[in-house]
Amino acid sequence: MGPVLMVGIDGSECGNRAVDYAFVQAKKSAAKLYVVFIIEWSPFTFSTALENAERHQRREEEIQRALSDVIEPVIDRLTAEGLDVEGVVRHGHVADTLAALAKSKGVDNLILGRQGTSKLKSHVFGSVGSRLVQSAECPVTVVP
Amino acid sequence: MSILRVGITTLVSLFTSFSAFAEAGIDERINVAIKPFADAVAGFVFSSFPVGGVQIPFVLVWLITAAVIFTFYFKFINLRAFKHGFELVRGDYHDPEAAGEVTHFQALTTALSGTVGLGNIAGVAVAVSLGGPGATFWMILAGFLGMSSKFTECTLGVKYRNELPNGTVSGGPMYYLTKGLAEKGAGFAKLGKVLAVLFAIFCVGGSFGGGNMFQANQSFAQLVNVTGGDASWMSDKGWLFGLIVAALVGLVIMGGIKGIARVTSKIVPFMAIIYVTAGVAIILMNYSLIPSAFVAIFDGAFTAEGISGGVIGVLFQGFKRAAFSNEAGVGSAAIAHSAVQTNRPVTEGFVALYEPFVDTVVVCTITALVIIITGTWDPSVDPSAGVQLTSTAFESTFSWFPYVLTIAVILFAFSTMISWSYYGLKSWTFLFGENKFTDYTYKLLFLFFVVIGSSMQLGSVIDFSDAMIFAMAFPNLLGCYFLLPVVKKELDEYWADYKSGKLVKTKGY
Repeated sequence: MGPVLMVGIDGSECGNRAVDYAFVQAKKSAAKLYVVFIIEWSPFTFSTALENAERHQRREEEIQRALSDVIEPVIDRLTAEGLDVEGVVRHGHVADTLAALAKSKGVDNLILGRQGTSKLKSHVFGSVGSRLVQSAECPVTVVP
Repeated sequence: MSILRVGITTLVSLFTSFSAFAEAGIDERINVAIKPFADAVAGFVFSSFPVGGVQIPFVLVWLITAAVIFTFYFKFINLRAFKHGFELVRGDYHDPEAAGEVTHFQALTTALSGTVGLGNIAGVAVAVSLGGPGATFWMILAGFLGMSSKFTECTLGVKYRNELPNGTVSGGPMYYLTKGLAEKGAGFAKLGKVLAVLFAIFCVGGSFGGGNMFQANQSFAQLVNVTGGDASWMSDKGWLFGLIVAALVGLVIMGGIKGIARVTSKIVPFMAIIYVTAGVAIILMNYSLIPSAFVAIFDGAFTAEGISGGVIGVLFQGFKRAAFSNEAGVGSAAIAHSAVQTNRPVTEGFVALYEPFVDTVVVCTITALVIIITGTWDPSVDPSAGVQLTSTAFESTFSWFPYVLTIAVILFAFSTMISWSYYGLKSWTFLFGENKFTDYTYKLLFLFFVVIGSSMQLGSVIDFSDAMIFAMAFPNLLGCYFLLPVVKKELDEYWADYKSGKLVKTKGY
């Protein structure tokens, strides 16, 4: 079995560059490629009773939208190129969830775009990329 | 010249007194119209019998008896599952595949925002005023016992919830009373139906009373209080305050302006933290008085010098305000807890233990300690002073606190109204069916009562609110007794898995 790669995307231009890079790498090594979209979500937020009642429905809608708008176009393009690709949509903290997913799927290299967050925000809170470089258990490639 | 001046002054004073009469007239007329009805309802629900010279309402005995029986039946589940409940809230057993669904933490905080509020601020002040410091002891005890009632009703709420085809989840006593009792046979099915309908009727009433009028009334009282009391421009404009609040609530529940609800739901926890922090600060600043405060609480609980009704009277005040504050046994919280994502209903029961704990054992106790330590309580004080007494207690240390408290009270009231409008609506649609017409009818009625509540005198509002909310406990707890074996089975199966380490402990979120 070949290596396993994972690319995190967010629908942005930079995320697309990460996909292009991941595509080249995967093609070279005949790797399995996971294309992942994380929906920012925290288990510790406060919500109203009505929001809770509708939460399950909303979650389904969010996942459907992420699949149809972001994941599927990428999957279609890469599958057409003959790659073994699988899409994943998850809710959670972006960096932590990517790290956990990479671990559970036995990923050899996690690839993502550099500029997911705005400059100011990444200065204050740290960007997804820098956090993953620190915390992921596999090599991380940050694409500019 | 002087005649002209006298004439003008007379005209001006006539005009002002007339306008004052007209404005007072609106409040007064609403009050007069509602009072007999409110008194009749309260009289019925609080039918009482004398114990040691004090009239004890049957409903209070009903609530406490159930809490004691549940505590023993589940072998002190309130203490035994306390640690595990915390692990669940923290997310130790959370399934990563279910990320994005309603977590235990979210279900708990949503339920809490419906209960933490005026009961903890105004209600405690009333209890300590009428029952003395000793009422605190009974309040805390009632809080601990109430945890077992919450455990029972919230487990049932999740177990028998409805998952509708469109993906929304709704649960609560009206569902577990019908579905749960139906499992026991045809006779029980009929009983369940009757109990569910009764519960839904009382819940609609409670959503207009304690979940609405009481909140509007007390937040208005506090607003008048900080803007100058009787001399305040606001003092006779309860109806105006009511209209403004009704407009805001209307934007949320009818206009679908979710932003307001979302903002409130985020600010309210911070207001609660500010309140608790200020309370703890006052207690610590007077640390030398802490031992004597506790002595007063314990002594007062069993001696009750100078309190009307003696020990029974003290106990009654403590139990009553605890029950009103945490709503354990009332069934309302089961509606809020039901949306949680879990395939083991009993887990939400464990989490629900924290509701009376936070609400009564922590927040109410802090309020009581502040009132006792600052010496603000006074048996001769007018019990309808409610929130103002707490305000004075905090003001004695932090002069600016009444303003913060006013904002907190209004926000707590607002979030409680939003929660109860949901509980009431679920009960209403259970009774009358789910469609646009029934939906709007309920919401319009709800807004109408916001205005009524702001305009009425506290006495009849409190009586009516208490009555409707406590009435919910009759059908709810009666059904819970029959369903105890169901909860027991869920609990035993889960507890065995937990103890044998069969449950997958994820690393948290």
